[in-house]
Amino acid sequence: MKNILRTIGSTTLLALGLGFLIAASGRGSQALRASSPEKPASGVEVRIDNFTFAPRAVKVSVGTTVTWVNRDDIPHTVVSEAKAFKSKVLDTDEAFSYAFTKVGRYPYFCSLHPKMTGEVVVQ
Amino acid sequence: MAESKRDRILHDHNHDGVDRRGFLKCMAWAGTGAFYVLHGGVLKSYGLNRVSEIGEAAAKGELSFVQISDSHMGFNKPANPDVAGTLKAAVDKINALPIAPEFMLHTGDISHLSKPEEFDTVDQILKGASAKDVFFVPGEHDVLDEAGKAYLERYGKGSRGLGWRSFDKKGVHFIGLVNVMNLKAGGLGSLGREQLEWLEDDVKHLKSSTPIVVFAHIPLWAVYPQWGWGTEDSAQALAYLKKFGSVTVLNGHIHQIMQKVEGNVTFHTAMSTAFPQPQPGKAESPGPMKVPAEQLRGLLGITDVNYFRGRHALAVVASTLG
Repeated sequence: MKNILRTIGSTTLLALGLGFLIAASGRGSQALRASSPEKPASGVEVRIDNFTFAPRAVKVSVGTTVTWVNRDDIPHTVVSEAKAFKSKVLDTDEAFSYAFTKVGRYPYFCSLHPKMTGEVVVQ
Repeated sequence: MAESKRDRILHDHNHDGVDRRGFLKCMAWAGTGAFYVLHGGVLKSYGLNRVSEIGEAAAKGELSFVQISDSHMGFNKPANPDVAGTLKAAVDKINALPIAPEFMLHTGDISHLSKPEEFDTVDQILKGASAKDVFFVPGEHDVLDEAGKAYLERYGKGSRGLGWRSFDKKGVHFIGLVNVMNLKAGGLGSLGREQLEWLEDDVKHLKSSTPIVVFAHIPLWAVYPQWGWGTEDSAQALAYLKKFGSVTVLNGHIHQIMQKVEGNVTFHTAMSTAFPQPQPGKAESPGPMKVPAEQLRGLLGITDVNYFRGRHALAVVASTLG
């Protein structure tokens, strides 16, 4: 099994990521083991800043958890165009994670500021 | 009295023939704190010491009301850690107007995160205003829960659909539109087909001499689409209003004064009571603009509007808080 978690600076994020993994994969114990700091990371972070998703497009393999962190002074959301996922509103420094379990292209946007768009490509 | 008018900018478009040069001059007013009146298509500037000459008589119309916008209650970042304080200052400003307004329009982003306590605080502060009735339209920050349920329960009484409405005051027809719901990826503000059909029907039987005031959160003209400052189907809405001799469009969302004249339609955006935003394209993003504390209130404000029977356009006056 791939390492599907990486150590993210904040414990909140880690807990969020874990919660998703446990819920999504049912492999809670493996996910926990994978979180040990010496293992290489395979989670991906998208930073929300200056009304943009950075990087705008990310390519990941199946099983990867993508975490969006809002670094703006204004709340944003992360909403899949095809309704595959939808965050609650993220205020400054709040995060949202989603574990991608199926191959495909996942275009998404901020429902408050729809000019903000991004894409996750799962291979 | 002179003191209270010091920082006013008067947009009095009693004309519909503004050329490009005139329009550019209009744009130059924004934020200058100067005082201009448009007479016979000519922009006339008044020195601040002459403001009193167009004072009382010209300022008093048939109907006076106030627009406030973007109070963002709950916002607590460095751009303004005290948005309750500046909203209270806006209420003080309203209460000090020489002509007491009959009612208020709030053009959205009442709250920052759609929280009940944020709406409560705004309601409480606005109770201190001399004008008791407030007509709201939502901003995108007010409808963060499912389909704006909390907003509609609180402010949607008497409205249709997702909160749009119309009403009449002293012969002026007011239309509150909602353009912050069901936004599509990559798009701008949106009115949607159901609302547009309602609008067409709403104005169909009105005389073309009826003055129209449209208020909505996101500008109904393309201020700066790159930042989402526009509404994708606003042209359709304006097409239904073409027959009217006087249409005044009041928007918020961009936290600064902008205006434009197009035929019989004058477009105005209002200052926020919470924090300023950068001029289009003048920053990396439209996020809150941090200015030195002593400058903040000079970039926040209210808008009061006067209607004079027999004149085409309404007089729109913006005043800063400090």
